[in-house]
Amino acid sequence: MVRTYLLLAWTWMRASAQYPVSFALMTLGSFTLTGLDVAGIWIIFEHTESLGGFGLFEVMFLYGTSGLSFALADMLFGNVERLSQHVRAGSFDTMLIRPTGAFVQMATDRFGVQRLGRIAQAALVLGISLPRLDLSWSRMWMVPLMVACGLVIFTSIFALGGALQFLLTDAPEVANAFTYGGSTLTQYPLSIYGGELVKGVTFIVPLAFVNWQPALYVLDREDPFGLPYWLRFVAPVAAVLLAVAAALAWRAGIRRYRSTGS
Amino acid sequence: MIEVDRVGRSFTVGRGRARRTVHAVRDLSFTVGSGEFVGYLGPNGAGKSTTIKMLTGILAPTSGRIRVAGLDPTRRRTALARRIGVVFGQRTTLWWDLPLKDSFELIRHLYKVDRVDFRRRLDELADLLDLGGFLHTPVRQLSLGQRMRGDVTAALLHEPAVLILDEPTIGLDVVSKVAMRAFLRRLNAEHGTTVLLTTHDLGDIEKLCRRVMLIDHGRLGFDGTVDDLRATAPGRESLEEVVAHLYTA
Repeated sequence: MVRTYLLLAWTWMRASAQYPVSFALMTLGSFTLTGLDVAGIWIIFEHTESLGGFGLFEVMFLYGTSGLSFALADMLFGNVERLSQHVRAGSFDTMLIRPTGAFVQMATDRFGVQRLGRIAQAALVLGISLPRLDLSWSRMWMVPLMVACGLVIFTSIFALGGALQFLLTDAPEVANAFTYGGSTLTQYPLSIYGGELVKGVTFIVPLAFVNWQPALYVLDREDPFGLPYWLRFVAPVAAVLLAVAAALAWRAGIRRYRSTGS
Repeated sequence: MIEVDRVGRSFTVGRGRARRTVHAVRDLSFTVGSGEFVGYLGPNGAGKSTTIKMLTGILAPTSGRIRVAGLDPTRRRTALARRIGVVFGQRTTLWWDLPLKDSFELIRHLYKVDRVDFRRRLDELADLLDLGGFLHTPVRQLSLGQRMRGDVTAALLHEPAVLILDEPTIGLDVVSKVAMRAFLRRLNAEHGTTVLLTTHDLGDIEKLCRRVMLIDHGRLGFDGTVDDLRATAPGRESLEEVVAHLYTA
């Protein structure tokens, strides 16, 4: 599976290497565009000392971890949200006649490293924040783990969105609310949102485990909503559960696939 | 090699009050033995493509049982893919931006074809289908005839026991058609590959198929040899008239 993924991704990268200028511009573009997010955070902190009880570098830490998870998920698997385009064009049929899972083929379709720009930007923000936070070394193990869990959570949401498109041939927007929406939501401390929303993203769509709950552990902070302490360690469980749900939905979706006319 | 037993496939279309069920294929049964060359005919919308998609595992049937090369296409889709070759005349299965040769290399990896077998097979196919001139051209720059030859090659590199072709001669000029038919006939005769093809071109049927199946309104309307087919409408000159008679009957 991993071999097939790498093989297909490499093939697409070679194909896109035919257009080097486009590649360079898109990488630069995504780096700059997402860089504006950080400018936004700077501007906010020009006017206030804290955002939802969190300081500048703590917010940058949240932004960096969520951004890194999302950008990685988007680069590696974000393409599955284009499913409905392939269904309508009929090209999904040709993926089903190959001896490889359709998910891997969808994920790698037109794979490009342009999104490295966004990954680099998120990593940079995280890199700036880490040494400026007074963090305990014994808690740092959580940082790579939370990025990995966030990657799994966002990937699962991409897959769920793709699976939904087997039923509703034109529903990428619904999924976008949770992927891009989720990415934006988790860039800030959840304490700036209402308690009901936070409960929703903790227990229903587990976006709070992308970075918020594990970050409370890394930053050693009280939960502003008073939720139990053990929730800080539940991210891997939430990620695995969501991934299983996404895999089941994807399989069910393929069995209900209707193809196109001809 | 192919067993289709009382297979049906229906679709629900429309929303709300306009919602209704369309039976694209109903109660379809046939078997195709090893080494047969079968033409699958039917007017537009008769259920040809739906049948092909069920045989290849793209669509799950709503009822009935299918076995292709011994496997249930829906449950064992990726395993089946290694045993069959599929060509869609209307769309390519190749990678648009890649040179033809690279697409083939990729297929070698995906189908886990041994390197030596692959070389031998590609040389043979490139020779028979005359691919030499455009092996290094990106697929998007190929003419339809060239692309079609590339698609057929791609479907045969892993030496499948069954080849399923959906309108393989659509849009091809006379010369390309003749070459494609000669190739398919030879493949069937020399390698014993089982071939099932759909077409609207009755020349394909006359020149290639020992057996013809005709589907209409989702049901098998005729199954027999080309001579049997002619005998259904005595006095009609061409095969075209015979088939048109069957379609409208």
